[in-house]
Amino acid sequence: MKTAAEVGIAGYGAYIPRPRIATRAIARAWGRDEGGRLPVREKSVPSPDEDTVTMAIEAARGAVARAGCDPGRIRAVWVGTESKPYAVKPGGTIVAEAIGATPWVSAADLEFACKAGSEAMQAALAFVGSGMAPYALAIGMDAAQSKPGDHLEFTAAAGGAAFLFGPPEEALARVEASTSYVTDTPDFFRKQHMHYPEHGHRFTGEPSYFTHSRGASRGLLEALGRRATDYRWAVFHQPNPKFMRRIAAEMGFTEAQIAPGAVVDHIGNTYSGASLLGLAGILDVAAEGDRIFFCSYGSGAGSDAFSLVVTRRLAEVRDRAPLVGDYIKRRQPIEDYGEYLRIARKVRLL
Amino acid sequence: MELPRYHRMRGTLYRLEGSACRKCAHRIFPPRPVCPRCKAQELEPMAFSGRGTLYSFTRVLQPPRGFTNLGTYSVGMVRLDEGPMVSAQIADADGTELQIGMPVEMVTRKLKDAEEHGFILYGYKFRPRLRAAGA
Repeated sequence: MKTAAEVGIAGYGAYIPRPRIATRAIARAWGRDEGGRLPVREKSVPSPDEDTVTMAIEAARGAVARAGCDPGRIRAVWVGTESKPYAVKPGGTIVAEAIGATPWVSAADLEFACKAGSEAMQAALAFVGSGMAPYALAIGMDAAQSKPGDHLEFTAAAGGAAFLFGPPEEALARVEASTSYVTDTPDFFRKQHMHYPEHGHRFTGEPSYFTHSRGASRGLLEALGRRATDYRWAVFHQPNPKFMRRIAAEMGFTEAQIAPGAVVDHIGNTYSGASLLGLAGILDVAAEGDRIFFCSYGSGAGSDAFSLVVTRRLAEVRDRAPLVGDYIKRRQPIEDYGEYLRIARKVRLL
Repeated sequence: MELPRYHRMRGTLYRLEGSACRKCAHRIFPPRPVCPRCKAQELEPMAFSGRGTLYSFTRVLQPPRGFTNLGTYSVGMVRLDEGPMVSAQIADADGTELQIGMPVEMVTRKLKDAEEHGFILYGYKFRPRLRAAGA
């Protein structure tokens, strides 16, 4: 898919909260083998005073700072998440208000499991590409939910990123094309009033993550007549280090191409935030002329793929906001599983 | 805090909006209708940058009701770069050695989220400055 007019990413911002719990501590609490193979070493957890909205606000501020635009000209603030603080009451309005984009702005929260953030990117891209808006902000952010004791608890983390789409002359990366690939595949779900999502165990792999990531990636590469070697960098959705590397290798991308965006290795799976945070990590190191391949995945299921080209402006504005690496380095270890339960509010004080 | 008051204060809580006096250029936070320095009433809204230095701080070891989920936490007085002094919680201070004069920056956090059926109150806190963001 291509927009009628050219569109670029004018700014981006990331966020990862400071607390970290070692996955060994989770294994110990549930009587699992601490010395056994765990998907990641530690994962990020929101502080008790943080949620998806506060994290989205910080990422959005980073995006606006890098773009250097008047926030009053942002015509959309869309937050993709599966951890809305309110079941009914938009979080997008709080973010829009905090960055000074209100009142002449469209705002909403989008839900598509882990693909909600890139869905917001597609919408923002179209909003700007159609000429309806000079700027539109897309955010993917999660305080990822996982049932205590479930194997998702070892990776479900917190964080995400924001991308401000705008005119091509202000772009730090131009959007070449995008694609979406969606089918009805019930591999992961949470009903209202359920605290934690359920997943389809082995069903989440081949018919879900791999089929859709492959579909969207191939679709975009074929539409552009490109191969993996035409790109300098690539990022895929990263529920764990293994899935991301398997699909990247299958599509022909090397470890060097995905390494700067492999945020999951350091902090775990940030659900709607994961692929966007990976893209932010790549923009932190990319240089003028670099091509970036991006492919998200969300259960339910589907993938969005984007092809981007970095401009000279990226290096000029990069230091206006913290880098993904700054947030990864900034960490506060959580001592034990009990403290984790308090911080993550998995125990309610009566 | 009651819902109507929270709504009225959203500019102050979310964007650190105070007032600037058109007559004597005095800057005031939170916003006021009359300049405390020159008594002029020609004030206009002003969003502060959120950057400042830590003037003083202490640690709350016995949190009051509504704040128990924070465990212990820090509060402080911040001298904003533009002049005014603000009292607020100091976020991300666990395991950090706070020091008088250290650079801090405004962040938006949950101020209160204690009741199952209540609304969430978002507002400003300050944290040790991450890096020369925006510089």
